Amino acid sequence: MPFLELRDIHKTYHLGGETIRALDGVSLDIDSGEFISIIGPSGSGKSTLMHILGCLDTPTSGTINLDGMMIHDASPRQLATIRNKKIGFVFQFFNLLPKLTVRQNVELPMIYSGLSGKERRERAMNSLSSVNMEDRSKHRPSQLSGGQQQRAAIARALVNDPRIIFADEPTGNLDSNTGVLILEMFDKLHQEGRTVMLVTHDPEIAAVTPRRIEIRDGKIANETDPKLAGNVPKFAQVTDIKSQKTPDMTS
Amino acid sequence: MNLGSIIESGLKEIWAHWFRSLLTMFGVILGVASLVTMSAFVKGKENLLKDSLAESGGLERIIVDDNDDLPDYQKHLEDEANGMTLKDVYALQKNAPLVHSVTPVIEKRSYRGSLRVSRKGKRVRYASVKGTWPSLLEIEEHELEHGRLFSDMDDLLANTVCIIGTQIRNDLFGEYDNQGKEIIPIGEKIMINYIPFKIVGMFKQYMSEEDRKKKEEARAAGQTMARPDFRAAYMSGDRQSGTVMRIYSMKNSTIMIPINTLVSKLDSAYDRGSNMDRSLSKVAMKIYDVSTLEKSLQQVRNVLMQTHKGLEDFEFETQEGFAGDINLSIQNERISGMFIAGICLLVGGIGIVNIMLSSISERVREIGIRKSIGATNMDVFLQILTESIVIAVAGGIAGLIVSPILVNTLASFADNTTPPVMTAFAMAVAFGFSVMTGSLAGLFPAIKAAKLDPIQALRYD
Repeated sequence: MPFLELRDIHKTYHLGGETIRALDGVSLDIDSGEFISIIGPSGSGKSTLMHILGCLDTPTSGTINLDGMMIHDASPRQLATIRNKKIGFVFQFFNLLPKLTVRQNVELPMIYSGLSGKERRERAMNSLSSVNMEDRSKHRPSQLSGGQQQRAAIARALVNDPRIIFADEPTGNLDSNTGVLILEMFDKLHQEGRTVMLVTHDPEIAAVTPRRIEIRDGKIANETDPKLAGNVPKFAQVTDIKSQKTPDMTS
Repeated sequence: MNLGSIIESGLKEIWAHWFRSLLTMFGVILGVASLVTMSAFVKGKENLLKDSLAESGGLERIIVDDNDDLPDYQKHLEDEANGMTLKDVYALQKNAPLVHSVTPVIEKRSYRGSLRVSRKGKRVRYASVKGTWPSLLEIEEHELEHGRLFSDMDDLLANTVCIIGTQIRNDLFGEYDNQGKEIIPIGEKIMINYIPFKIVGMFKQYMSEEDRKKKEEARAAGQTMARPDFRAAYMSGDRQSGTVMRIYSMKNSTIMIPINTLVSKLDSAYDRGSNMDRSLSKVAMKIYDVSTLEKSLQQVRNVLMQTHKGLEDFEFETQEGFAGDINLSIQNERISGMFIAGICLLVGGIGIVNIMLSSISERVREIGIRKSIGATNMDVFLQILTESIVIAVAGGIAGLIVSPILVNTLASFADNTTPPVMTAFAMAVAFGFSVMTGSLAGLFPAIKAAKLDPIQALRYD
């Protein structure tokens, strides 16, 4: 049984009397330990898909089975618990709380899962050292570079040991060198056996993942699956990005 | 999320905007401080008024006065009315079992000119000479501090002995001698209408607790109390607590002599009939129990109707009216004070609502982030509510700390007012109100924050 199973997901918005079909019948299976990217231009529905997969939103219709739980009709409280325990988010704008230190930021998810202060500190430091940020634990986000902030954000996403990590344009706000480092970090997470999902508009970033799903007008337009096609992209391909233009800032 | 970390994050948030939080707290501080201060002053006044009620004999004291104004149907019998006499006193002693003690009083006052109290050229400005029985001491709550009472024998023989209040002593002898010791003029002679009277006793000095404290402090500092008592009494005569001050100063200006002495030595026109027919200024009595006040009054009335041949030429004066006035005025002051303090707290609460609303609109993104990493709506709700309660509690504590300072400052500015009394109860109530204000004020912003959609909140700039 797949780790994540979507069946005929629809999401419609009503804006000023107009109905917008953000997702229009998406069905998808994701296995545990996969490294996937979702690509598509802005307005394609990829962000909506990520929000629904990330339990930030619920679909209008359709069923989602995440690790044996039917989350399409879960209560907000259950969704919050799933976000806390099973899901880690990495955002384009890092989304660290500016008033807290790096360590306190990393501790945040554990506060909501009710761990004691001592355990929180320990695990936060472990998580920070896994992204080589332990020496920055007392800094504030504003004292860090973009790459360091994103690493802190990854440490925060990892700290509750989630089953799946969602990264929404994680390199969108970084220069290309740093972006590559961050992508390498995701690849490492994938090697360690975690399920990682990148959401991007940039096909070159999407190229680092074995499986790519292209969304257009709320539907899956194209899917590259190594299991089907048999072409496993090499990570080396991405190194080309270094010499290319910085990624587009708009998502 | 446990309560400890919620409160911790609330404190952090408040500390991050300490100046803004302080301004917000100010409303609560003022509200709590004004509630405590108001109640301290009202309580002080209440204590003083109640003391003075007890000081003037309590509710058990009844005075029977002459009443010249007969009822209409008895108007034609006016000539028969000769007021209260010793006969009435004896009749009451025998026939009114609900009355504990009863005493005749003939009072002469110096300021009307009919009386002159003097010694070696010094004259008392105000004195009230009361010809009476020793039992008046108990009825009017007098306390003998030096010397002795006059005896029945003094009364029988019409001896010229007297017991004086401390104000009489102050006027005629001074309060302290050269060594700073209190003068106790027992055995000295004073002149009442040029007749020498021997001082056999002196009452204690009647004063409010506050004045007593001040006096002791002044003495401890090695100064004599420069200001004589009467000045304070006259100065405060038209102030709020004037009634109270007057009770003390009148008691201090009393000279008590045997009633027979007064009638035989001081009455200029003493040649008419027996002492028994001498009309009294009043008859003072004390009943056993306040709960039988109505019955006792009826009993006294029945006796007096007999001795007065059915003429209603007397009237009762009880302290019930005074007690009622005390309660009413205290209640009124309490209500108005509560109202003002309540408005202070309300304004403080609105300030908190305002600041919390602006705080959450600044922190929409933060709330989105917290939700995305697993904060439930309840977590967010509690976080905002806690912040507002923490502000209110901190303001409440600060208000409690400020209020004694405020009370003392106000008390030192207003020298002649009643001393304020701070009660733990008032402080607890004020603190409780501040916590309640904080909770109510945080409710709306907290609901608003909890309802934020995480996706919208994350996109918010």
